[in-house]
Amino acid sequence: MTASATLDARTWRRFTPAQRIARFAVYLGIVVAIVVSFRAVEVIPEFLLDAPEQMADLFKRMWPVAFGYYPAGVHDALVETLHIATLGTIFAVIMAFPIGIMAARNITPSRPLNFVARLLLVSSRSVNSLVWALLFVAVFGPGALAGTLAIAFRSIGFIGKLVGEAIEEAHPGTLEALEAAGAPWFSLLTIGYWPQIQPAFWSVVLFRWDINVRESAVLGLVGAGGIGMALDTAMNLFQWDRVAMVLVAIFAVVIVAEIVVTQIRKRIL
Amino acid sequence: MNAAAARIAFPPNWWARAGWLLLAAYIVYACSLLDFTWARFMVGLDNGARFIARMFPPNFSRWEILVKGLTESIEIAVLASALGILISLPIGLFAARNLMPVWVTWPARMLIALCRSFHPVIVAIVFVKAIGFGALSGIAALTVASIGFIGKLFAEAIEEISLKQVEAVRATGAPFMNVITYGVLPQVFGRFIGFATYQLDSNLRNSTMVGIVGAGGIGGALFAAFQRFDYDFVCAMLLSIIILIFAGELLATRVRAVFLERSRVNEE
Repeated sequence: MTASATLDARTWRRFTPAQRIARFAVYLGIVVAIVVSFRAVEVIPEFLLDAPEQMADLFKRMWPVAFGYYPAGVHDALVETLHIATLGTIFAVIMAFPIGIMAARNITPSRPLNFVARLLLVSSRSVNSLVWALLFVAVFGPGALAGTLAIAFRSIGFIGKLVGEAIEEAHPGTLEALEAAGAPWFSLLTIGYWPQIQPAFWSVVLFRWDINVRESAVLGLVGAGGIGMALDTAMNLFQWDRVAMVLVAIFAVVIVAEIVVTQIRKRIL
Repeated sequence: MNAAAARIAFPPNWWARAGWLLLAAYIVYACSLLDFTWARFMVGLDNGARFIARMFPPNFSRWEILVKGLTESIEIAVLASALGILISLPIGLFAARNLMPVWVTWPARMLIALCRSFHPVIVAIVFVKAIGFGALSGIAALTVASIGFIGKLFAEAIEEISLKQVEAVRATGAPFMNVITYGVLPQVFGRFIGFATYQLDSNLRNSTMVGIVGAGGIGGALFAAFQRFDYDFVCAMLLSIIILIFAGELLATRVRAVFLERSRVNEE
């Protein structure tokens, strides 16, 4: 009797009290963060009031787009941007492979080496490509070399991490068979691991190349070559119709790159 | 007997070899086109050594500028994420092809594609011209980036839901808004938390950069210090940015853990 009474009194709840408190804390944190940021952020009301006018003025200056400027000022820069993105991706792959191998726990059974590799990968990823570009411009001077290295160093973390994970997921059966046959270490890599990680590898590289095309378009703003330089020049001279031309070119290239990547993915993966 | 002897365990793949050769040829061609030479590289290494020597030890003496820039970056990231998520919810819903007619999905998908195709820094340039220098342009630029990213993934998540539950809710005669809140949203909530925390993280990274074009945050101070060759201050700023980004990543993982079960956290 008493047992059934206590049973009736119990109501089903989806979350435990601890879970509910945690959720409430997150919601509270979000609200507090938004309110505090909203009150603290500096907004100049005069700027905000004439924003629609300024926007209209901007588009009026951008129209008509200076398509005639394309052969003289945009085409070469656009090709340079594509080369920076592609070459940067290739260099990144070359550097990321050893680090990825070093980070994989099954192929490198040494904890300190794993840790060093992971540290390298994380530091590559946590520095923005524009910061890498600033650093390399300071070292190598303005130009495409700085841009390519910036793209490469930024991509190492991404590619290396995913390659390392793909290696760790490789099926050990083939590898044991190769080891039993007395295959040397390098053959283990090329015949044991490589065919297994190949699909993941190509999809990672294609994905990164797509990102790199977008990123290399802005590197020129800090002097690291590519179409960003054309954008910067046009902006500094207030030639907004040329700015519009550059933006249209970037838009077109990004769309084409995305289509190329999706098509290749469909065909080979 | 003869056939067995001629069998090779791993026959050479001539297509792959030709491919590698083509790749090598491209590298040489592109390097010569972009004027990469060994001499330049060596000079650069020399410069690099001097550069690193000047970066250390990092100089934290102007920490007021540093803290002011970082807090502004955080504010930009928080507000842009909140606004971006708020706006991308309806847009993502409109872009889902399994719930909406074609004449609604098309404009929504176009808008998402437009938002996605420009780097936040380029969008920031346009807003700096329109709204003027300051944090507001940064917020606007990152909001656009967030709409592009979350809108796309949210639409994809909705397209993958099971329609059985939606139908069940519809069968009870629920109005459209109730179908969305009880039939659709519970199915995508988990993935939505994943995108939202990822976007907050990504906005935090980008909010430290939009200052390069004058859109607020620590980027402006960073760029100025670079141009004044204050490399020890640059080093201090870079270290603080990296710490901030690490903290953001940790926070994002924690928030995800609150809302999702263990296995799902690893998957996202």
